[in-house]
Amino acid sequence: MSITLNVNGASYDVDVDPQTYLLYVLMEDLQLNGPKFGCGLAQCGACTVLLDGGPIRSCLTRVSAAQAPHEITTIEGLGTPENPHPIQTAFIEEQAAQCAFCISGPMLYGKVFMDQNPNATEAEIIQALNGLLCRCYAHGRMVRALMHYGQGVRP
Amino acid sequence: MDPATLTPDALAALEKAGFSRRDFLKGTGALVVGFTMAGGGGKGRAHNPALDQALDVPLNQVDSWIAIAQDESVTGYSGKCEFGQGFRTVQYQLIADELYVPRERITLIVCDTDLTPDQGVTSGSQSHPAEFGPNGLRQALATAREALFQMAADQLGVGVGELTIQDGVIFVTKDPSQRVSYGQLIGGSQFNLLVNPDATPKPPSQYTVLGTSVPRYEIPAKMTGQFEYVQHVRVPGMRHGKVVRPPFPGSSVVSVDESSVENLPGHVRVVVRGDFVGVVADKEWQARQAAMALLVTWSEGTALPNQQDLYDYMRKQPSRDSYTVLAPDVDQKLKEAAFRVDATYLCPYHMHGSLGSSGAVADVRGSGPKGTATIWSASQGVYPQRDSVAMVLGIPKENIRVIFVEGSGCYGLNGADTVSFDAAVLSQEEGAPVRVQLTRKDEMAWGESYGPAYIVDLRAGLDDQGNITVWDYEGWTLTKGNRPNADNPGNILTGALVGFPTPPLIPGGGQPPTSYNNGSNADSSYGAGCVADRCGGTGNIESERILLHTIASPFFTGPLRSPGRLQNTFANESFIDELAAFAQADPVEYRLRYLTDQRLKDVLNSAAEAASWDTRPSPNPKNPPTGVVAGRGIACVLYEGNNGYSALVAEVQVDQDTGVVIVTRFVTTQDSGPVSNPDGLRNQMEGGALQGMSRALREEVMWDAQKITSIDWRTYPVFHFGEPLPVVETVLLNRLDTLQMGAGECTITLVGAAIANAIFDATGARVRQVPFTPARVLAALALRG
Repeated sequence: MSITLNVNGASYDVDVDPQTYLLYVLMEDLQLNGPKFGCGLAQCGACTVLLDGGPIRSCLTRVSAAQAPHEITTIEGLGTPENPHPIQTAFIEEQAAQCAFCISGPMLYGKVFMDQNPNATEAEIIQALNGLLCRCYAHGRMVRALMHYGQGVRP
Repeated sequence: MDPATLTPDALAALEKAGFSRRDFLKGTGALVVGFTMAGGGGKGRAHNPALDQALDVPLNQVDSWIAIAQDESVTGYSGKCEFGQGFRTVQYQLIADELYVPRERITLIVCDTDLTPDQGVTSGSQSHPAEFGPNGLRQALATAREALFQMAADQLGVGVGELTIQDGVIFVTKDPSQRVSYGQLIGGSQFNLLVNPDATPKPPSQYTVLGTSVPRYEIPAKMTGQFEYVQHVRVPGMRHGKVVRPPFPGSSVVSVDESSVENLPGHVRVVVRGDFVGVVADKEWQARQAAMALLVTWSEGTALPNQQDLYDYMRKQPSRDSYTVLAPDVDQKLKEAAFRVDATYLCPYHMHGSLGSSGAVADVRGSGPKGTATIWSASQGVYPQRDSVAMVLGIPKENIRVIFVEGSGCYGLNGADTVSFDAAVLSQEEGAPVRVQLTRKDEMAWGESYGPAYIVDLRAGLDDQGNITVWDYEGWTLTKGNRPNADNPGNILTGALVGFPTPPLIPGGGQPPTSYNNGSNADSSYGAGCVADRCGGTGNIESERILLHTIASPFFTGPLRSPGRLQNTFANESFIDELAAFAQADPVEYRLRYLTDQRLKDVLNSAAEAASWDTRPSPNPKNPPTGVVAGRGIACVLYEGNNGYSALVAEVQVDQDTGVVIVTRFVTTQDSGPVSNPDGLRNQMEGGALQGMSRALREEVMWDAQKITSIDWRTYPVFHFGEPLPVVETVLLNRLDTLQMGAGECTITLVGAAIANAIFDATGARVRQVPFTPARVLAALALRG
């Protein structure tokens, strides 16, 4: 069945079973690398994308629920190595990763939270990321990166 | 090589190098590689029967490690690869420093069985010792540099000592207009040189690139979703596979009802090979649905030991025994001691728990002598995988190419090799490329080779001053399988499922040691390690007996970050603390009585000082017996006896009413010789500290009478965002005059003991069983007098 997805500012028609979880479509049909399969159970956050600006777990969201006119944003949609988004710059400057497989969770949940709470404390940031997993445990650097991003966001 | 199967980096490097890698390998003496430049997309390597004497890239040839093109670009080749630990960036730094070239000119190709030297497995904190050692990239770079100097000297008509090198250009120091570049000297040609063991690498004191915190090169791509992990390899014609695992360990296939999936979309193929069952479909979603729908009848599994009784069970099994040290006077000294302290420490099975489940892509065509295969794998060992996949597929290893592509952080032997076998078997049936990524349950229950459980009994004798006179270690652990290799594809699950035997444990052993090897840190930091008139330990306690019993494991086991070393150090570093408390001595001062290795003393003192260590015996006499109290603990180790000096202080809060332990701060000092990348090292230390905390406080593989029950992040809880995050402070000792050692597994080794010691300091209660759950902490608190 043909489904239209708005992803990172562009529109795509994909021929998929509408019951397919969004992550599979993003990875396979749209060949995106940002959201990743960590657990398929919404327990880790590796699959996180923004749906109309809010973070969702694409591993358990049906593609039909995310189709146009909804807007999907993956970390690819934020910026590129040549032209990174300020949050990506913050993560790069803090070297806030080891394997970085988890990155979509902390970065996207973090972005949404910091955009709304640029003055958040470290404890508040940690709470905002509650439940997300990073098994290499780059937690400290990620929290620092988000604090720096918040400093840039403040008016 | 089929250009379609080369990674973009490899292709670009070949073009830049100006000559064909295949030509080099064919032209180097008697060494030939069995492949040809086949055209066409998506095909595996064609086999050229004329080249049956296929051999690997020779380690002793400079050309195996470096190529310099006419356009001045430098290509480095290595068998050590990036797993998120930052080593790839270090390799760039190494090439830049040894060859005096800017990073922009360097391309690095790693861990490809067709292209790179076989440096075994990237693991064991061995990347630094190997790469900077006599048989690694550094020695080849030094040889090349000296050769370039000599070529320049000859060409410019001066002595080597009159030359300066900078940015890939060699010029006469007193007349820089007399100059020649690498490209002019050698560009596009081979060195045709053996690696010279006497070539002099750049002394660390002269490093300008190494020793600095060069930001990791692949992080920008990872932060922007551009980076391609193994889970993102996409090749033309690729279909998708999923595996269907047995319900219980030991179950066999009785029957497979293919009709249960015949009406599902996606041209579903069912594959059964022994007890391996899988499906292939056009799309991953379709494969997932088919795997869930396929009806398979399995036999009963084998009986599992009762988890509640695991440690009792372990003591009773036939074992393979080995001594690390066996002094003749241990029993006597124990009898004579004024005081005797005994303790038993327990560690459960742990899993690697990679965030991303393992994935691989295989493109297998045919079987037998004309079969070929290309596998994209996140394996830590592409060469042993190639050799073992050859057995699984019945294809000569010369016709198989394994290309490393980074996966999720693995921390040892996770599902990366098993899933590569899965993809290979499915692809062989399919006759086309197949991608497989495991489900979370398959990764945790059927992909993992767990870090096995440990029991450590420790007995010490003290004199009437509280000094240690004798140290007696007896340990038990389990084993089943290991990394796959050509002799034992059955070392991992899929190899066993398709019918290869897993080598059984053969009881026996127990001979006295003939040389000292503390590779698993069974000998504590305080042991003298005297074997056959040579003492190799870091301490001065000579009356030691170190005996390990290894029994058969019901579950596959394999190396997990700091294998054995972590469990032994938990025991040893807890025990020394118990002895210090018995002797009413400060834990640092007490340790220093028995340490002889100055570098180990230095890291211990450094960590203590950096943490503003409160010098006094434990437990803290001011702490009340109820409510929340704070404590500090310390641990130190020379990792595996020769590979990284580390000390760690943990500061904790213990809620004595609930048993909840919160680590508030870690302070850790590392000495691994010259520091290649300070920020990279700190990153590893920080991650190791927190991962160690998760293992010490949370993690435990669980099972019931029939099966593993730790199958997702709820049933295998780990430390996660949202929990109180400790501050982690890192101190680096930069020893420019020593050899490079590893570091990635040091910090994690110390965490369990440091936390247990801190809990004791806070409460007077001793926890000896990992993980230190609230229930176990409460039980320990209840035992206080």
